[in-house]
Amino acid sequence: MKQAKAPFQFIAASYLICIGHDRPTTLRGLSRSITEVSEASIFCHTFHSLSMHHYTSYSSDFAQWAMAACNEQELAERLGGIDVRQFVSIEDLRSALVHTIESYLRSQPRSSDRPAFEPFFFSETREIALPLDLRASNLAELAEGIRRLSLHSLHFHFVNSRLRLHLRTNDFSHWIAQELDFPELAARIDRVDFYTNTLQGVREGILECIQPWIGQ
Amino acid sequence: MSSQAPVTQSSVPPLNDYARIVGQPEIDELWTLAKSLQNRTVKMVNSTAVGGGVAEILNRAVPLFQEVGLPTQWDVITGGDVFFSVTKAFHNALHGMTYEDRADWFDVFLATNEDNRRRMKFDEDFVVIHDPQPLPLVKARTEKSNHWIWRCHIDLSQPNERVWEFLRPFVERFDISMFSSAAFTHSLGIPQYLVAPTIDPLADKNRELEPEFVSSVLDKFGIDANRPIVSQISRFDRLKDPLGVIQAYKMVKKYRDCQLVLAGGGASDDPEGSVVYAEVLEAAKGDNDIFLLNLPPWSHLEINALQRASTIVVQKSLKEGFGLTVTEALWKKKPVVASAVGGIFRQVFHKITGMLVHSVEGCAYQIRYLLSNPAFAEKLGEAGHDHVKENFLITHTLKNYLLLFWLLERNRQ
Repeated sequence: MKQAKAPFQFIAASYLICIGHDRPTTLRGLSRSITEVSEASIFCHTFHSLSMHHYTSYSSDFAQWAMAACNEQELAERLGGIDVRQFVSIEDLRSALVHTIESYLRSQPRSSDRPAFEPFFFSETREIALPLDLRASNLAELAEGIRRLSLHSLHFHFVNSRLRLHLRTNDFSHWIAQELDFPELAARIDRVDFYTNTLQGVREGILECIQPWIGQ
Repeated sequence: MSSQAPVTQSSVPPLNDYARIVGQPEIDELWTLAKSLQNRTVKMVNSTAVGGGVAEILNRAVPLFQEVGLPTQWDVITGGDVFFSVTKAFHNALHGMTYEDRADWFDVFLATNEDNRRRMKFDEDFVVIHDPQPLPLVKARTEKSNHWIWRCHIDLSQPNERVWEFLRPFVERFDISMFSSAAFTHSLGIPQYLVAPTIDPLADKNRELEPEFVSSVLDKFGIDANRPIVSQISRFDRLKDPLGVIQAYKMVKKYRDCQLVLAGGGASDDPEGSVVYAEVLEAAKGDNDIFLLNLPPWSHLEINALQRASTIVVQKSLKEGFGLTVTEALWKKKPVVASAVGGIFRQVFHKITGMLVHSVEGCAYQIRYLLSNPAFAEKLGEAGHDHVKENFLITHTLKNYLLLFWLLERNRQ
């Protein structure tokens, strides 16, 4: 079995939500706040909310608020359609969010200042990442480690990694391509859809990709 | 003056027992986190050892802290009847209810806290003060000595300004605060973290029960197991609106046969309980299908059985910090009809994990709807259970505190 030169270090990642002071009550206010809040805040309401959304219509908090608090279904769909996988920087994601809201408000000016049912509570994510006593030097060990990760830690390695690496990939694919030189497997894993899957489904999808390659 | 709460460590299962519920990876990661905080000491302080959600959480969480290597002491402040009348008035006022200012109340509040402070030591690495009653203990804090956290369990979204402005300076002397909902937070000079309270799935109140035991509890109280049971499990407290529940039940009764169970007890820091119970007794008079059960605080198995036997669980609170009784019902896969207030929003997603209501009429309508649509009711219960499993179990409480402790230490370095 092919051995990596540098092992894959698994991380235990956890998150706390710190509530901010920005709490707009209109779509115009939301757009203004999005331009001003910290990167940790944009992350919280997009990347982080993606791991928590099983019971809401949209994974983006902005889309959910546009739908539930502002009753702006079309805007909610447009915001919900912004795929965080396409972004490797929060600033680019911020621009896309603002552009989407502003272009909608240009076509629906009366929606700009209509009061929402409840404010949007901007928050920030605080990430705590600690190395686990768990490393992998080959694909079998990587698969075993992925089985032993909590869902938040899986999210850290598979979704949030895009921002850390500034690449359109994830930690597992990056390591497989760099250390084991299996670019095809790396690409296949990266295609596992975390938008339409639960994180448990993502885990199973990744393991299914890896399984046939173990032994090579 | 203050007293140490009687936690019985042997009654709490070891952390690894929770792996079969939340999965081994979650438990392994908790141990990793705890390892980075070994031997840090913790003090928890609140105002009652028995009754209410805070005491229940601490009863379960404190032994878990000890087990993962953080020696933890739980102290309960003490005070006379007048003090607890004042704190109850503050509690209602902070929930936006009517408040009649009395000249000496602030003095009583401060003096009782001062008595407690003099008798307590705060040498631990982390001091966690729960709710407003013991807030002035923060005066014991010396500059940068240790870390102080205020854990607010109540709905502060529309507080009486006079009471809140009196308390706010104490809050701002803490390092950080913890709230159950973003809507409860204020513009404070300290960070405010969003942390939900939790239930213990292995506690007597929530663990699986034998059907025979559930039947025996119904028999004991004379409740008919073969007819629908609508229940609200809560302290007899005006904010829980037991009279509103009876009104809703009477509306339902015109269309559907059912029984109503109102079960709860008192808390030692709630002097209003007996008055409210008398009002509820009067409202229920003459209806043999209404069961008022004023249970002692140790009735966890009975409460568990009543929830499991319920066809529908109601929580028609007027205000609610979080509503752990909702969490308990969802965990037991029960369809829940609950007021759209406070922390209930975080638990009940309308038509997905339960039904949200805004009035007595709405409550009655949704009870009727669920009684008529049992398959839909079952789906709500399943989704509610999964939601609790992912977010509101005691292992999350342990994890959130460890994370906050870790952050506080890192930020001071």
